[in-house]
Amino acid sequence: MLQTVFSPLNTSDPFADMRRMQSAMSRLFGGGAVLGPSATYPAVNFWADQDSIVMTAELPGLTEKDIELTVKDTVLTIRGTYPQAKSGDDVVWHRRERPEGTFLRSVELPFRVNPEHIDARFENGVLTVEMQRPEDDKPKRIKIKTT
Amino acid sequence: MVQELTTQEARGVGASNGETNRRAMTFTPAVDIFETNKTTVIMADMPGVSADDVDVTLEHLVLTLRGKVKPYAPEGYRQLSSEYLIGDYVRVFTLSDEIDQAKINAEFKNGVLRLELPRAPETQPKKISVKAA
Repeated sequence: MLQTVFSPLNTSDPFADMRRMQSAMSRLFGGGAVLGPSATYPAVNFWADQDSIVMTAELPGLTEKDIELTVKDTVLTIRGTYPQAKSGDDVVWHRRERPEGTFLRSVELPFRVNPEHIDARFENGVLTVEMQRPEDDKPKRIKIKTT
Repeated sequence: MVQELTTQEARGVGASNGETNRRAMTFTPAVDIFETNKTTVIMADMPGVSADDVDVTLEHLVLTLRGKVKPYAPEGYRQLSSEYLIGDYVRVFTLSDEIDQAKINAEFKNGVLRLELPRAPETQPKKISVKAA
């Protein structure tokens, strides 16, 4: 595998950080090959504390109705469709950079989550999903007896 | 027509914006620009910004779009992984036509800024009647 080293201070490659994070993510969740940037949309960030995990994704231009979230065991799937851009004979396009079309992404979570206790919010184009670890799945402290 | 201006600030994604007390980054928002008969429409993606923190200025023909992001990282959590970075947005354009400033319409919804810039009547094509001498 070809390894490229990016200097953290070098800002000439705007996606170096993203790629690095992506490969770090794949390693973290035991993913196989690192897919190209086009294959993984949207980009997600993860936060965790002892018993819950928070995922955020930027999906500007969508509404909560356009996003479908499903969870099964340790896999969270995000699906969505961007609304069709304006078209017509009198429309002249100058730039078209915003995302369009349909996307689907499944992410592996570090632990099984309780599907009854998922809190998903969508505000200002940012999706935030908070997931709880089920009670019976939490790590338990084991008492060691002395004889 | 709309032309882009690269400012020191907006050059390079992820460049520091110079504020020392805030470890924020500045990004170039993705835009859609299209023109209909009398209006130029600019749509810019600024996820994480609330409507109050969007700032649009038009000075002569220079249009500046700014969005200040509210960090939305959950408190008390440690970051597990990060595929994207969070930061403010800046993008600057020069417009080639005079805009009817009184009729500019700006709307911010779901992290997207939509600007409608109607061309000033004097820049719209006018028919000149030729009088016979």
